[in-house]
Amino acid sequence: MTINPDLPFKFSPLHRLQWEEAQQKDVILYPEGMVELNQSSAEILKLCDGTRNLTQIVAELEQKFATTGLTKDITTFLEIALKNGWIQQN
Amino acid sequence: MAGFNKTKITPPRWLLAELTYACPLQCPYCSNPIDYAKYQSELTTEDWKRVLTQARKMGAVQLGFSGGEPLTRKDLIELVRHARELGYYSNLITSGYGLSEEKIIQLKEAGLDHIQVSIQASTQELSDHLAGTESYQHKKEVARLVKKHGYPMVLCVVIHRENIHQMPQILEMAEELGADYLELANTQYYGWAHVNRDLLLPTKEQFEQAEQIAQAFKEKVAGKMKIYYVVPDFYEDRPKACMNGWGTTFLTIAPDGVALPCHSARELPGLDCPNVKEYSIEQIWNESKAFNFFRGFEWMKEPCRSCDEKEKDFGGCRCQAYLLSGDMYNADPVCSKSPDHAVIQQAIDSARASTLSADEKPLIFRNSKNSRILS
Repeated sequence: MTINPDLPFKFSPLHRLQWEEAQQKDVILYPEGMVELNQSSAEILKLCDGTRNLTQIVAELEQKFATTGLTKDITTFLEIALKNGWIQQN
Repeated sequence: MAGFNKTKITPPRWLLAELTYACPLQCPYCSNPIDYAKYQSELTTEDWKRVLTQARKMGAVQLGFSGGEPLTRKDLIELVRHARELGYYSNLITSGYGLSEEKIIQLKEAGLDHIQVSIQASTQELSDHLAGTESYQHKKEVARLVKKHGYPMVLCVVIHRENIHQMPQILEMAEELGADYLELANTQYYGWAHVNRDLLLPTKEQFEQAEQIAQAFKEKVAGKMKIYYVVPDFYEDRPKACMNGWGTTFLTIAPDGVALPCHSARELPGLDCPNVKEYSIEQIWNESKAFNFFRGFEWMKEPCRSCDEKEKDFGGCRCQAYLLSGDMYNADPVCSKSPDHAVIQQAIDSARASTLSADEKPLIFRNSKNSRILS
């Protein structure tokens, strides 16, 4: 599954992203399953709200963490997220 | 004493709320205990709310409303709403029997996340026969309504000798109904399935053929439908890592309030499983004899004790060890290292002989009458 650079990402309506107090982690919940997220993955997914495309997500996170060169890592993670159905385009 | 060692206790993540043993269906592989009819009492709404609250506080996040048929509980919507407020991801595990569109909408509004519908076979005749109740058409309609109202739809089909030949049609049905997930649950031989094993256990050839078909389908629908394949452990060399390890992840509450480390555990002798009417979930999980019984590795006998795979499969399933070897401390006989491993081949041979026998015994259906006769 390849990323369309122009289209925004939106979090899947069939999954739920949620902060778990007991685990001190963000998790993705879906039928009978759960994925525990590290902080950077969670930050990326929270920006998948149907308004931002790849460039915009990268720009926003680079600004937030005052760094550059995140494109490759973010792209890799978004590809995984798309493949797993956690996020959608179109 | 088996347990009470210094194993680090991890919090529960999965709570299975068996709301009731009442069920309009009579599936002959039901995982409820054979003697379920003697447990008449059910927890009150307030009991269940307290259990949900306490388990959530400890870290449980996946919640299964199961049974029996959970739809027979009048307070289901109230419990779903309470679960949503607490932040659970709620799964309704249902036969679909008696589920109307109105109820599907109400459950969605109350915060239910997912409905798993089970269908017994790909044809009406066989599905209704296995369910012991006319239900096939309604189940398919329910599956469509579940999709229509925006739930992820999980179709569950329990696989055994009566329906394994329908694998291609079962997969077609899942596609036609637009399932997001398909659970192909090879029968696990506990409870009613244990009683009916000679009639349900397929041959190795049947398994391999069905698995091949399912595997090819999985690749075909990748990205559209996820397949959960519950492994037929009688044809494996190593046992399953049952419950992800005893008392590590799963907490089952039976209809009468008895807390169980797995849904079959009430068949094991001497565990003294605690009841939520007397103890808090925290006490039960951390301190009870039952939940500490098989934690860690101290309880193990050989060949598990010195086995380099014990941290991978925890010696397999305690209930299966008890059912098949008569000793719940033994290695799961599914393991080829188990001294009792021959009982697996005997079971396979016995099932095969039964298919060839001219006067095959009938299936024993799961209902209160049979429950009383068998227990």
